[in-house]
Amino acid sequence: MRLATLRSNVETALAGRVPSPFTYRDRKVIETVSAGIPEIDSLAGGLPRGSLTEICGPPCSGRTSLLLSALAARTAQPEACALIDGRDAFDPYSAEAAGVKLNNLLWVRCRNIDQSLRATDLLLQGGGFGLIVLDLSDIPPETVRYVPLNAWFRFRRTVEDTATILLLLEQESNAKTCASLVLQLGMGPAHWNTAFETKTAHAPRHPFVCLLDGFQARAEVLRSRIQPLIEISARHSFAQARAVNDAKSVRTSLETVFETKTMWGNRSSGIPAPKPK
Amino acid sequence: MARAAIHIPDFLVQAVVRAEPTLRGAAIVLVDGTPPLWNVVAANEAAALAGIELGMARALAEQFETVQIRPRSRTQEKAAHAALLDLGWSVSPRVEDTAPDTIVIDLAGLSSLFGSEETIAHQLAQRASELGLIAQVAVASNLEAAIHAARGFPGITLISQGEEAQRLGCLPVDVLGASDEVLETLERWGVRTCEALAALPVLQLSERLGQEGVRLHEWACGAGARSMVLAEPGLCFEEEMELDDSVEELEPLAFLLGRLLDQLCARLQARSLAICAIHLRLDLDPSGKKDLQVRNDSSRRKNQSNTHEKTLTLPVPMRDSKMLLNLLRLQLQGDPPSAPILKLFMAAEPARPRAVQTGLFLPASPDVEKLELTIARLVNLVGDSNIGSPQLVDTHRPGEFRMDRFAPSREEPRLSRRKNAARSVETERSDFIANSKAGKPAIGFRMFRPPLPANVQLQEGRPQRVSFRGTRGEIVAASGPWRTSGDWWREDAWHQDEWDLEIHFQVPSSRLGRNPASCPQQGLYRFYYDSISEGWFVRGIYD
Repeated sequence: MRLATLRSNVETALAGRVPSPFTYRDRKVIETVSAGIPEIDSLAGGLPRGSLTEICGPPCSGRTSLLLSALAARTAQPEACALIDGRDAFDPYSAEAAGVKLNNLLWVRCRNIDQSLRATDLLLQGGGFGLIVLDLSDIPPETVRYVPLNAWFRFRRTVEDTATILLLLEQESNAKTCASLVLQLGMGPAHWNTAFETKTAHAPRHPFVCLLDGFQARAEVLRSRIQPLIEISARHSFAQARAVNDAKSVRTSLETVFETKTMWGNRSSGIPAPKPK
Repeated sequence: MARAAIHIPDFLVQAVVRAEPTLRGAAIVLVDGTPPLWNVVAANEAAALAGIELGMARALAEQFETVQIRPRSRTQEKAAHAALLDLGWSVSPRVEDTAPDTIVIDLAGLSSLFGSEETIAHQLAQRASELGLIAQVAVASNLEAAIHAARGFPGITLISQGEEAQRLGCLPVDVLGASDEVLETLERWGVRTCEALAALPVLQLSERLGQEGVRLHEWACGAGARSMVLAEPGLCFEEEMELDDSVEELEPLAFLLGRLLDQLCARLQARSLAICAIHLRLDLDPSGKKDLQVRNDSSRRKNQSNTHEKTLTLPVPMRDSKMLLNLLRLQLQGDPPSAPILKLFMAAEPARPRAVQTGLFLPASPDVEKLELTIARLVNLVGDSNIGSPQLVDTHRPGEFRMDRFAPSREEPRLSRRKNAARSVETERSDFIANSKAGKPAIGFRMFRPPLPANVQLQEGRPQRVSFRGTRGEIVAASGPWRTSGDWWREDAWHQDEWDLEIHFQVPSSRLGRNPASCPQQGLYRFYYDSISEGWFVRGIYD
């Protein structure tokens, strides 16, 4: 009785200022979309909208492959995407081969990190983009470390409550708690295909007839604020976990691997390798 | 058949006030002539009440402290007359250009669109004020009666058929537009009003004043059977402004550009049109040119020209003067004029306003006008050539592409899938390769722009060791050489042998530092040997 009276008194005192002070509020469910790589979708739940996602790793760790897959998935919708290229390293040919619709991509070619951060500010303020990528992969880590934390915080606040995915590519994680998802990538073994070795009577033997087929990349989740898949599968329908490709998968570890393929690689493409003569 | 006449009283003064709205309500005098012989050529009612007379010398007019003196501006008169015509065409396609300060509109068939004649007259007066002009409007079935009533009566005047003589009777005879000689003669006779003139016998009037007298008598009676001489609607939207003192800073220049844009946008809105491009010409003060260090031919040529021209091309027709001003400001910030500005000229290319049909299922995309402003700011930041949508070109030259204007698709996803059926075979093949690998993503490639010079040690034609960018490494696996060449008939021909190399780097432990990931120990790179320059380079890295 005393408890009921106390509760009634508190609700009366807070009436008009705090609605339903004793009502439990569910934690906000962040909408995620596919990153274009099933292994990453299963590991991290996809890329969260309205949040900052960091993808870290050394060169040749699969960051650009993941970036192109995400761009291909978004531009195919079609959503307008923007790429702020910190060192002008973007290759349109490999992007088109990955399925990126270049008409829907705004490429901003910057010369230094200052231009990159200011361009990101302008694009976030303009709004309307489905995916904005800030690519600082080729900028030395010691330079990126000097970016003040309030810059990342400002980016996170600007993109909050919007449908924009803000993706940050760099060599090491710098945004700290401002990032809702942090993925660390690493390089695995490269695959070389020697199925094209041929010998003919008249043509000279080609000295190196192997082809680069691709390489394996490792991905690890360092931080995630997206609801864990195990909770999603237990409490909500799978319609909410849009990035999940395999409804029966349950994340049991924070690591995964995925394979990348070159445009000319045919290991599993169904194109038969020519038989050696 | 009713006609509406629109007359701008004190037209010369109103043309100047239209460009300087702060002068509205003040006593204004216009002077003209060859310096130092300036004489008063026009004055508004407030200046006339203060004692100003036409023909007065400027020095005498300057004795009146409450009077603002401005030079007569023929460019402003031309712009005001164009605005008056736009007002007429915004209501009816049948407009007569009677005089620089008077137009006549045929109101036939407009009642179903705009309402009664009184409503139309009020709308005309309202629209004129939006264009910066205070108009006198008269509606009559007789063309000449409408013109004279508009010239004689302030505000809005409605004359019913048959009442023309009665209504015009009280007007002075000078509203009929008679010559000075005839007016002087009528003054001697004591004929001062239209009623008095209409009472004179027409035969005797013709004997003394000729055909002009007959014509004046006819008009004073409210008669006249003249047909309208229609003006051709033009699509010329230009505004000019001459400055007394040159402008050097961007902020005051932006203020003046804003005024011109407001006038242009109001005129276009009256014609239900929008702007698809703006041409801006700034006449510079040759004596005020800044002492620039001439670095190249283009800046020397710019330094010699006395005009600074800019063209702003819009992705979609717009009519928001504030947005257009921001875009012009950003352009001028990136490429400012080299000298103070004496005159501004702005011309707008008209186009139909865009009609956008939004959909429930369309994906989010940037607002076109906000996107244009964002891109203009980015152009100022990174340069015009460093922003856009990359497009591949039809060549085998490595790394060749062009940058197009960013125009995202606004189609619904299911429409995109239908259009995929019409793609080229090449595109389908590349998508097949990209998508048919059981979920394996395509490998990414990062370019080095410009390519990095490298040293490569060969053994039996096979790369063994490489060094570039301060690192050394052993080659573990190699694919190549893959020869590519082309454009042999041009000066920039290429002839290259490409290699895909897997390199293990020799990184001393002292360089590993805080994060070992910052010093890669292995990597997949694309090298090439340039036969023309005879050197090794690193094109990029697989990532």
